[in-house]
Amino acid sequence: MTGFDELEPQTPELVRPYVITKGRGLPDEEQLSLITLVTAVADRQQRPTRLSPEEQSLLELCSAGYLSVAEIAGHTQLPLGVVKILLAALTEGGYLITRPPVQRAPVADREILEEVLNGLRAKFG
Amino acid sequence: MVSGPSLDEQAYVREGASQTAVKILVVGHFAVGKTTFIGAISEIPPLSTEETMTRAAEAVDDLKGVQGKTTTTVAMDFGRLTISDRVVLYLFGTPGQQRFVQMWEDMARGALGALVLVDPERLADSFAVIDLIEQYGLDYAIAVNHFDGSPLRDETALRDALDLLDDTPVVTCDARDEQSSAEALITLVRHLQDRAH
Ligand SMILES: Nc1nc2c(ncn2[C@@H]2O[C@H](COP(=O)(O)OP(=O)(O)O)[C@@H](O)[C@H]2O)c(=O)[nH]1
Ligand SMILES: [Mg+2]
Repeated sequence: MTGFDELEPQTPELVRPYVITKGRGLPDEEQLSLITLVTAVADRQQRPTRLSPEEQSLLELCSAGYLSVAEIAGHTQLPLGVVKILLAALTEGGYLITRPPVQRAPVADREILEEVLNGLRAKFG
Repeated sequence: MVSGPSLDEQAYVREGASQTAVKILVVGHFAVGKTTFIGAISEIPPLSTEETMTRAAEAVDDLKGVQGKTTTTVAMDFGRLTISDRVVLYLFGTPGQQRFVQMWEDMARGALGALVLVDPERLADSFAVIDLIEQYGLDYAIAVNHFDGSPLRDETALRDALDLLDDTPVVTCDARDEQSSAEALITLVRHLQDRAH
């Protein structure tokens, strides 16, 4: 694990999640699902100073490309709920942009399944 | 002071024109081979994350009275496969416990379908997870992880034991093998296509 080594290891205490999320509630699922793709807004020049160390680290993590919410939680080893709350706050603050998963609909499903099948076949022969 | 994380380029989702994410669940009882399966075909080293049992917001309320109360956490693991410029596929592995409701809801919502790994020697251990998958309305295929390398002896008996519909695919796979795992996944996707028509 890189970078986040200096974050406190996860403990069963609840105090820490409360502090780092500043007591905010969970964003709803439509806004940030496990597979919502997230990246930092590119044209923001200097790092804002009012962000917490955890928020700054998340922003840093997201600055080199897209990652899913699940991957962000995996890389940071923060609990998923905490990550979602912090990402929602950063998105609201204009620091992050999110790309939600496709809406499920019969036509979209058939197209996507076709694409997934072809992709798997191309990859694994 | 928190240092900036540094991930290499491969850790990020390949930038496509309008890349969007889809997911498939890989479920099964403890030690059936979920993590092995995901590791065999994921393009990134498999990751895991924990969902606190109580939702964070509720945990905050709990705090007021119950300092130091321990929350149970549960791991889900996952991997990623870039399908095309348009689609990136995530595989989420999870154990079948009914009590991890929040995690199941997060994982099942919007999933294309599920691959249920079963151990033919421990079929009864798969009942709970199949019930859950059906409860969430997910289409699924069965992948029999043949630990000892022996072929599946009796598919009919397995179908009966698991009470499968006639059109539910049953494949055998070796979760340690990329090709074999990919074939199980392809079987599932073909089944999902049939169901979508
Ligand atoms: N012989 C054999 N061992 C396997 C196979 N799949 C998984 N295992 C082993 O079974 C154990 C449990 O697998 P794991 O993937 O951790 O199961 P999980 O709890 O479902 O994630 C591990 O020690 C694996 O190495 C298989 O196809 N053949
Ligand atoms: Mg596992």
